[in-house]
Amino acid sequence: MADYKNEFGFFAERPKVEKKIFDRNKVVAGIVIFLVMITIPLWKNLGKTVAAPAPSLDTPIIKQLAAKDKKCVMPTAWMRANHMQMLIDWRENVVRSKEQKVTTSRGREFVAPDGKKYLASLTNTCMECHSNKAEFCDKCHNYAAVAPNCWGCHQETGKKLAEAK
Amino acid sequence: MGMDRREFIRIAGLSTLLGLGGKGAFELLAPGRVEAEIVPEAAALKAKRWAMVVNQKKLDDATAQKCIEACNRVHNVPDFLHPPSDKLKLPAAVAHRYQIKWIWTAPFHNVFPGDEQPYLPEEVEHMSFLTLCNHCNNPPCVRVCPTKATFQREDGIVMMDMHRCIGCRFCMAGCPYGSRSFNWRDPRPYIKKLYPGYPTREIGVVEKCTFCAERLAQGLEPACVEAARGALIFGDLADEKSEVRESLRKYFTIRRKTQLGTNPQVYYIV
Repeated sequence: MADYKNEFGFFAERPKVEKKIFDRNKVVAGIVIFLVMITIPLWKNLGKTVAAPAPSLDTPIIKQLAAKDKKCVMPTAWMRANHMQMLIDWRENVVRSKEQKVTTSRGREFVAPDGKKYLASLTNTCMECHSNKAEFCDKCHNYAAVAPNCWGCHQETGKKLAEAK
Repeated sequence: MGMDRREFIRIAGLSTLLGLGGKGAFELLAPGRVEAEIVPEAAALKAKRWAMVVNQKKLDDATAQKCIEACNRVHNVPDFLHPPSDKLKLPAAVAHRYQIKWIWTAPFHNVFPGDEQPYLPEEVEHMSFLTLCNHCNNPPCVRVCPTKATFQREDGIVMMDMHRCIGCRFCMAGCPYGSRSFNWRDPRPYIKKLYPGYPTREIGVVEKCTFCAERLAQGLEPACVEAARGALIFGDLADEKSEVRESLRKYFTIRRKTQLGTNPQVYYIV
């Protein structure tokens, strides 16, 4: 065995280290336990199906509506697919009037395809009928694992428009 | 095949138009109703250039306090100095730093630094001036905002879009009037009574006075103007006959730190 050498000179012989895993049993057992632990959610849910949420849309206000008025600002199927984009559009229109080239600010009206006018407002218009946020919003959002941050600022309950004193 | 030259050109032209712009090109020529749209509310107060005159001669300390309270109430402004419960009490220095200020009072030498004369009338020296966002014509906060969360509307209001604010606080460094406050912690527990007509804010955004843009849209005057009983005058600076222009003609007014070139739009009658 040649002595170990670098540019500064000779050094003692390189120590011989056995090529083996120390405490092999413990290490392997540890790795197995670790793998099982992090994959537990997979094993637990294997083969199970989680039922799609069926939120109950019955709120006192919706119940009071006549059958012909029981419709959203846009068709239900469209709302299901596009409500997030519509809320973003409402928000931009209401807050950022400059970019929309409209001179008023908030409290814009939304004209539905059937010509009916609504206030473009999540807390006033949407939540007026769908006043059960836990059912109407959270059930599907939790199922789809999306976390919209509307409610950090906006309030769920109560009359939402400003009043003159 | 009978197609004369005129017919051929007509069909070719129409198909070119369809090819170039699709259905949109035809709608450009004959604009109809789009499927759904957003239109301005009819009742809204509108102006070319909103401005405010603060008549310090009429504004006593009690009225100023009323204006501040009215604003804080309708905008859910938290009060860190006087929390609703003892549990939420903060150390005085921290509470002072966390304060959210939309509208507040300050003495002359703070409001008009550099304009103090050596021998001011005692009345002016001890007067508390009502200060708020000046809604500058050349707002430095708008220039520095990296996300355009703060922007100037066409009617002059310097507006905040809380949805876009990332809390970088450049605007606070840019504003020479201290009109902007940062939410260092969740403000909701520190609001005495939640006002349902306006959202609260979240931790990590900057907020300020918006000249009550949400109230103007509903045809209401700003909350402070309503509470001031004539001491605050709010109106259209572009309209010669407006009350604002009327008082600017009648009285000599001063503005805050005009030498900085921000062109503030809150005028003070001293």
